Amino acid sequence: MPHDHDHPHSLLPPDPALRVKALETILTEKGLVDPATLDEIIDTYQNRIGPKNGAGVVARMWHDPAFRDAMLSDPMPMLRELDLYGRQGEHMVFVENTDAVHNVVVCTLCSCYPWPLLGIPPGWYKSDAYRARIVREPRAVLAEFGVDIPKGKKVRVWDSTAEMRYLVVPQRPEGTDGWGQDALAELVTRDSMIGTGLAMVPTP
Amino acid sequence: MTAPDEPAFEAPWHAQVFALTVHLNETGHFAWPDWAKAFGATLKRHGLTRELNGGDDYFIAWLETLETLLDGQGLADAQAVETTRAAWERAFLSTAHGAPVTLVQDA
Repeated sequence: MPHDHDHPHSLLPPDPALRVKALETILTEKGLVDPATLDEIIDTYQNRIGPKNGAGVVARMWHDPAFRDAMLSDPMPMLRELDLYGRQGEHMVFVENTDAVHNVVVCTLCSCYPWPLLGIPPGWYKSDAYRARIVREPRAVLAEFGVDIPKGKKVRVWDSTAEMRYLVVPQRPEGTDGWGQDALAELVTRDSMIGTGLAMVPTP
Repeated sequence: MTAPDEPAFEAPWHAQVFALTVHLNETGHFAWPDWAKAFGATLKRHGLTRELNGGDDYFIAWLETLETLLDGQGLADAQAVETTRAAWERAFLSTAHGAPVTLVQDA
């Protein structure tokens, strides 16, 4: 509803916002929800969890072959140790890009996503367009993201579920021999870990 | 390319409904696979009539799923939610701009 006058009263939030406030009020009054915990969850996902977490893990995999092997066979013990596991109980699988195969991740059901490693998914990941098309025509969608997969290379699409989520390990760029883990992590973008991008190539 | 300062949530209420859901899951009110299944069904139903863009419409579907779930479990029945929503609306409309909005329940 348009509001042209000066605001004598508080700006009315949109209807869904009021419905969320209503749920919060009811559940708090019943003692089912603690507002301080809600604030903490929001702060965590807004400020503390993001693609930097995943980038650190990928960089370490590039840097440390034993860690890489462990993460590819079963990442869960290590993720628990690093406090990067999901509270929703999902299992993580790391899928590695090679010269022969490019991996890309989707959730066709809703938007399952490795929150502890990548944070909250971007809008396009949640859109119908991406969720439907990446399965049907992965190469065309990847090309729209600026990722051209050569004909001889296989594209594998991984469909996440509530129980199983995937993270793509992009190929380590050329020209990074001898780089330290922190410098390598700077090259690992969010999209490269979804598979709709590649790791950044260092400028010589 | 990742925009580094892309906000995690586009609107404050997106963050709030997300946190509410995660909190209820973590305190054992529903299992995450059940949530994902119900949410997926809502998205599918909404997506039949138009293409969902993954922004506001995504969290509207999220909210609807949560409301249905809580109504079904008797944790927050639909009538109570509507009464409380209306009370919040009145509170916003009757509080001076800039002042903190608090809920006065008369129901």
